[in-house]
Amino acid sequence: MTRELITRRNLLVTGAAALVTSATGLMVPAQAAGVAPTRSMRGGANNYRPGAPIVQRIGNGGFWMSGTVRRAGDGAPLAGQRIQIWAHTTEGRERDARSHGATLTDADGVFRLEMPQIVPTFGQPHAHLAYDSGDFETVFLRPVMRSPGDTSLEAQFVLQAA
Amino acid sequence: MADWPKHPFLCVAIWAVLALLLVVPIGFAAGSPLLQWRVGIYILAGFSGVAAMSLLLLQPLLAGGYLPGVSSAQARRLHRWIGCSLVVLVIVHVGGLWVTSPPDVVDALLFRSPTVFSYFGVIAMWAVFASALLVTLRTRLSFALWGWQQIHTGLAVVIVIGSVVHALLIVGTMEMITKSLLCLAVVIALLVILVKRRRWGRQSHMIRRR
Repeated sequence: MTRELITRRNLLVTGAAALVTSATGLMVPAQAAGVAPTRSMRGGANNYRPGAPIVQRIGNGGFWMSGTVRRAGDGAPLAGQRIQIWAHTTEGRERDARSHGATLTDADGVFRLEMPQIVPTFGQPHAHLAYDSGDFETVFLRPVMRSPGDTSLEAQFVLQAA
Repeated sequence: MADWPKHPFLCVAIWAVLALLLVVPIGFAAGSPLLQWRVGIYILAGFSGVAAMSLLLLQPLLAGGYLPGVSSAQARRLHRWIGCSLVVLVIVHVGGLWVTSPPDVVDALLFRSPTVFSYFGVIAMWAVFASALLVTLRTRLSFALWGWQQIHTGLAVVIVIGSVVHALLIVGTMEMITKSLLCLAVVIALLVILVKRRRWGRQSHMIRRR
């Protein structure tokens, strides 16, 4: 009796197993010792406008974007780092200049910027953040809100010297 | 299908349920609060997708001859017209999204998007195009392609799975319950016709053996 290796059942089972494994995040690359640098996220740079001005608040506010900026390796907080933020909000689209703003980290490497409420666009309620000042390698992040009703979102940067 | 007129109540019930499944999700999407923060072309792109999802439900029903009061000739013609409409709606959907945010659509088309649903959407899009091309080749050029119907059905499976996963994973204008019901209906309609095809296949196989 011949036993077929590639049966429909085998294909389905293997495919499903591969899907489930990749979805659980069990497959991760080996990590170096210390605090690993943050890698840019897919689509993070979409609708980026270089040189967003440092502002007290984007638009009329109501939503808080916050996070930390640390150095790769020892994880020391980085003060005075410029983080650019933009998103699709109740006041404008991602590509609109008025949806973009920047802020600086404090002595503890913490940044916090008020902006209009983020609303879902292109299927997910998400924000874009960029570190693009040159001292460290450029990083673009694209964090997604757990729920469209959230009124705050966090993103963490670990930067590597350029 | 000849039996349908014998059950007028069933006919009315089927059409009523179908009409609800087609109209209610679009109605809920039209009332989405997200629309107030979107511009015209983005709204058009979104609703092209919603309309395509609704029309998709009719395709297996027409192919299987399940719609009461529709002759098989009418069903075939409607199936073709809706197929053409799906191609147009998909082009408007993707084109409108492209105008709204080019980098997001380029990422999706190149399979490097951060959103899983776009992979399913793009695969379904190519399956819709392939399906239309296959049928055009067959009808217009009398292209005698062996097993075209199996290929067409295979593409239909890809289109339905791709579209349903695409729609369900999206946080968009569609309301979750009506969206899920529409998706469930599309999957059931496809499964019903697949089972029917399988039975036909067995029968024709038996006939050939005899």
